[in-house]
Amino acid sequence: MTVETLSALDGAAGGAAAPPAGARQIWRRLRVQRAALAGGVVIVLLVLVALAAPLFAAVEGQDTTTYHSGLLNSAAGAVPYGSFGGVSAQHWLGIEPGTGRDLFARLVYGARTSLGVAIGATVLQVLIGSAFGLAAGLGNRFADGLLSRITDVFVTLPALVFAIALLAVVPSGFPRPVLLALVLGLISWGSIAKIVRVQVLAQKSLDYVAASRLAGSSTWRTARRELLPSLVAPVLTYAAILLPSNITSEAGLSFLGIGVNPPTSSWGQMLSTASTWYQADSAYVLLPAALLFATVLAFTVFADGIRVALDPRAASRLRVGTKRRERVAAVPAGAAADTAAVAVPDAASDDEDGTA
Amino acid sequence: MARFAVRRLLQAVLVLLVLAAVLYAVFYLAPGDAARLACGPKCSTATVAQIREQMGLNDPVYVQFWHFLQGILAGHDYSTGAGTLHCAAPCLGQSYRTGDLVSHIIAERLPATASLALGAMVLWLAIGIGTGLLSALRRGTIVERLLTGFTLVGVATPVFITGILLLLLFCSWLQWLPYPTYVPLTDDPQQWAWNLLLPWLALALVEAAKYARLTRSSMLETLAEDHIRTFRAYGVREGAIVRRHALRGALTPVIALSALDLGTMFGGALLTETLFGIPGLGQQLVQSVQLKDLPVVVGIVLVMGLAVVVANAVADVVYAVADRRVVLT
Amino acid sequence: MTLVEVSDLRVEFPTGGAAVPAVDGLGFTLDEGEALGLVGESGSGKSATAYALLGLHRGTGARVSGTVRVAGTDVLAASDEELRRLRGRVAAMVFQDPLSSLDPYYAVGDQIAEVHRVHHRVSRAAARARAVEVLRRVGIPDAARRARSRPHEFSGGMRQRALIAMALACEPRVLIADEPTTALDVTVQAQILDLLHELRSEEGLALLLVTHDLGVAAGNVDRLLVMRNGSAVEHGPVAEVLRAPEHAYTRALVTAVPQVDAAPDRVSAQPAAGPGPSGRGEVLLEAVGLRREFGRGRNTVVAVQDATFTVRAGETVGVVGESGSGKTTLGRMLVRLLDPTAGEIRYRGRDISSLGDRALRPLRRELQMVFQDPVSSLNPRRSIGESIADPLRAAGELTDKAVVTKVKDLLERVGLEPDWYHRYPHEFSGGQRQRVGIARALAPDPKLVVCDEPVSALDVTTQAQVVSLLGELQRDLGLSLVFVAHDLAVVRQVSDRVAVMRDGRIVETGTVDEVYESPQDPYTKGLLAAVPVLDQAESAARREARRAPDETPAPAPRVG
Repeated sequence: MTVETLSALDGAAGGAAAPPAGARQIWRRLRVQRAALAGGVVIVLLVLVALAAPLFAAVEGQDTTTYHSGLLNSAAGAVPYGSFGGVSAQHWLGIEPGTGRDLFARLVYGARTSLGVAIGATVLQVLIGSAFGLAAGLGNRFADGLLSRITDVFVTLPALVFAIALLAVVPSGFPRPVLLALVLGLISWGSIAKIVRVQVLAQKSLDYVAASRLAGSSTWRTARRELLPSLVAPVLTYAAILLPSNITSEAGLSFLGIGVNPPTSSWGQMLSTASTWYQADSAYVLLPAALLFATVLAFTVFADGIRVALDPRAASRLRVGTKRRERVAAVPAGAAADTAAVAVPDAASDDEDGTA
Repeated sequence: MARFAVRRLLQAVLVLLVLAAVLYAVFYLAPGDAARLACGPKCSTATVAQIREQMGLNDPVYVQFWHFLQGILAGHDYSTGAGTLHCAAPCLGQSYRTGDLVSHIIAERLPATASLALGAMVLWLAIGIGTGLLSALRRGTIVERLLTGFTLVGVATPVFITGILLLLLFCSWLQWLPYPTYVPLTDDPQQWAWNLLLPWLALALVEAAKYARLTRSSMLETLAEDHIRTFRAYGVREGAIVRRHALRGALTPVIALSALDLGTMFGGALLTETLFGIPGLGQQLVQSVQLKDLPVVVGIVLVMGLAVVVANAVADVVYAVADRRVVLT
Repeated sequence: MTLVEVSDLRVEFPTGGAAVPAVDGLGFTLDEGEALGLVGESGSGKSATAYALLGLHRGTGARVSGTVRVAGTDVLAASDEELRRLRGRVAAMVFQDPLSSLDPYYAVGDQIAEVHRVHHRVSRAAARARAVEVLRRVGIPDAARRARSRPHEFSGGMRQRALIAMALACEPRVLIADEPTTALDVTVQAQILDLLHELRSEEGLALLLVTHDLGVAAGNVDRLLVMRNGSAVEHGPVAEVLRAPEHAYTRALVTAVPQVDAAPDRVSAQPAAGPGPSGRGEVLLEAVGLRREFGRGRNTVVAVQDATFTVRAGETVGVVGESGSGKTTLGRMLVRLLDPTAGEIRYRGRDISSLGDRALRPLRRELQMVFQDPVSSLNPRRSIGESIADPLRAAGELTDKAVVTKVKDLLERVGLEPDWYHRYPHEFSGGQRQRVGIARALAPDPKLVVCDEPVSALDVTTQAQVVSLLGELQRDLGLSLVFVAHDLAVVRQVSDRVAVMRDGRIVETGTVDEVYESPQDPYTKGLLAAVPVLDQAESAARREARRAPDETPAPAPRVG
């Protein structure tokens, strides 16, 4: 189940009116976090660049593969002529040392690889993780035990190591970016499965789920109407955290030379080449490094914003113009889950006024 | 406690078995002929066939896997041209490429990896916990904002970027340090530390940022707990509250996580090792994968898996020792 | 001599938009050795007031103005150092939740010793000795050994005693107790209140008792200050306020308190016919030898054992017991939310205890439940109308339009606006949410409704309204109710017959008057004796009775 279908279910179960933490409210909470907003803007720009990569390259008038050996100073070890790695009107960001390929074009196309692989991997992780987590949380003792053990294995796996092993054996004909997304997605879904399972178990013990059973609903009906909608927020939050880590993983694998194959460009692979050139041509190191850094930073900051916006308790600390009763209602919601879990039936009402 | 130990042991065995099995399956399905690889391109077809027989590659994959497991439990004798090579009990097999025992290769590579991981951990704990505590206790000040910014940058910078930038700065521009080459501790402790300085820093800066964030949030959470309020209400000084009542609770998850990370690090400082040319397990793994040297890959991955599993158990024990309310199951 | 002087106190918590004052222009004094009760419902600002006395709002972002003087110190203007000397030494606070209020990592004795050493220059050993001494003083048996235990090894009542001991260790002149018994069972509550009373009379401490429970305040303070929305509505000697409340709100508050010692004008008045509870109606539900275990192997806990009782058509059976008595488990088994480990549940003579999920579904609609927690019993993501409609939609018999019409009728029936169909739970107060829960339980036209602590999370005035709604509905619809609660007074108000539970067993059953007027089981006697009452003379008499070494010992507090 994708995030999209989860939210679709949310809408279906929640009726026509906007649910409490609806899109509008989340947007409102996101909007007041300036850093997250800035991150969001950077992300949008990056996505646009990635989508329109051929256009950008065409505007510059270069491609990713042509060798401009004439612009290299072969006497100095094939370092580009000119300052900052050969920046010129034709080559806006200079050219690659050793080959003379255009850097701007390669960077722009690299954004495609980075984002494409990371998004693909994240979607896969969310899919597999949610499926395992749901099945474990909803299943009986035996199913839960089995699925949880399998999840444990995948959580314990040294992900990068395993990815390397998998990548090494697949025939080179297979499209590399797809393979990277597949491998990352297939390996690192353990933590999301754990989160989903814990959420399902916590929700299962809540009284409204019991009420749904009493209403005569089947297990699946209860799951669909009562449990799934509440998973959207934690799954989204975690997906937002996974995404930058997938970007880093792709770059890391490409850096090790096990990622995308040349001539496809990737920031990680550019860095890998750059690590042998840094003494001669430092401009070449800085460009992909800066881009990768900015991307990961933007996604990290944005993920932080998403987390705060989706967590009512964290959001209550924001100075958003929400009404007070909303805030007050949000606080015991979490506390109630605790009491329900410990099943202390006699806890009397407590005073919120001083301790809020 | 006994129950805990048994459960953990079983879990560890399960994880390692699955790891090994999956690797075997993956490599078995992979194209490429191990016998041909082992023999080299000049071998005749007949020799390759002979070697294939000798290596047991004609057996079905599960038989090969079974032999591998037997080797771990009981050891194995390999016949070489000259005689037999005995591989003692935790026998992980023999490299297809060089014929060396995998356990020897691992033993040879382990010191470099351990040097890198342990040294980096000392650094990242010092930097991370220090930064985290400072920003939690100076909440709302400029210090906190600066430190938060620093940690955010650290979190967003992959280790190979930090590494290259450090190389660029210290070796290329400032020329304070030579390009690092690994020197074993037993050869020359001073050179060992000097050459590992940049790899340690590269690894530690990234990790430290993560730890600073964790320490900060954990400390803030602890300071918001009811029992802290109690001691404030009785006039205990803020410093004493932090030292006696907050620090322990706040650092428990930090220590537990560092056990986990150390475990992962034992297998996985791949990027750092590759970038700085440190002859550790990670570098060996990358090389062996590219050469399709299955026994070495499986051996190293198993060792790494073992480290992670052990680290998991250690983390749980740390929790239980720090907080007696936690029951180990 | 006046020890505490508060005038024109205002406390505001900034919440983004307009700051809502939690305390608004409050003033009062407290003399040496005197006891003042600060009473109010949730949100009345009583805890915020207590915190202000020790300057605990400092550094939290709350805005505090007015004057607060404690033993001559101006709390709002005092330096941090002055405030530190005041805290504990002059005025010591006993917090509400005794488990989270102690450091889980350290021995209780060490924590008390630490606090003692803040205010007294003594050696570590002397401080430890002092800790043992105060622990003994508050009635912890084997204090020297228990001082080395950590908080989680204490029972709830013992932890509260330990917190009081911590306060005593500093030798304060004022004790500020913030809901000190709210988290405790009624018998333990009585012990703690008796302890506070004793300390006050023997050590000459002044006491500021913050509580939502008028009964708790009545027997333990000299003066009463009733708060509402941050200001005082009534202030005077406790006897006068309770006997002749001047303000309408106080009157409402006093009348809303259910009385355990007087047969109430029965809320659940049954159809006048029938000679007595025993002769009424056919048997609807019968539990025979019910047993429920949790966990497996050595960790098995028996929550309910050998529970046998009947519910007749149209009657209310109260199930009363302290925490851990198994009453909730029993209630959930009756509607088959939990499966019994052994025993039978006969509904209209048919054993339903082992029916599978599918076979049970048609019966589900006849056995419904109202839950304790108004927050977790409604899905925050679904409109209340949809929550109520759930059983109707699951049955699939009505058209969509008919469902909506029926839900709107139900909303009206439980005293809510039909137009609120599309609203979400967070827009409602606890009492309103509980009404929604009742409407949902009524939707499939059930025959029996199990109410699991339906009012324990509500303020006392709301509590009274919900209780009377339940009684009304029962009378009109001819429902059978099983009313599970820890509050003996509420149970007396609503029930025809009562079952008293302890440690998973039913120790006594009978008609409500039999059980309350002449309890047979010593445990029931102890429970009844522990209930706080509004009448002061009665309260004092009960205290004396509890103190006298009786042949019927009060039930021992559960360890855990």
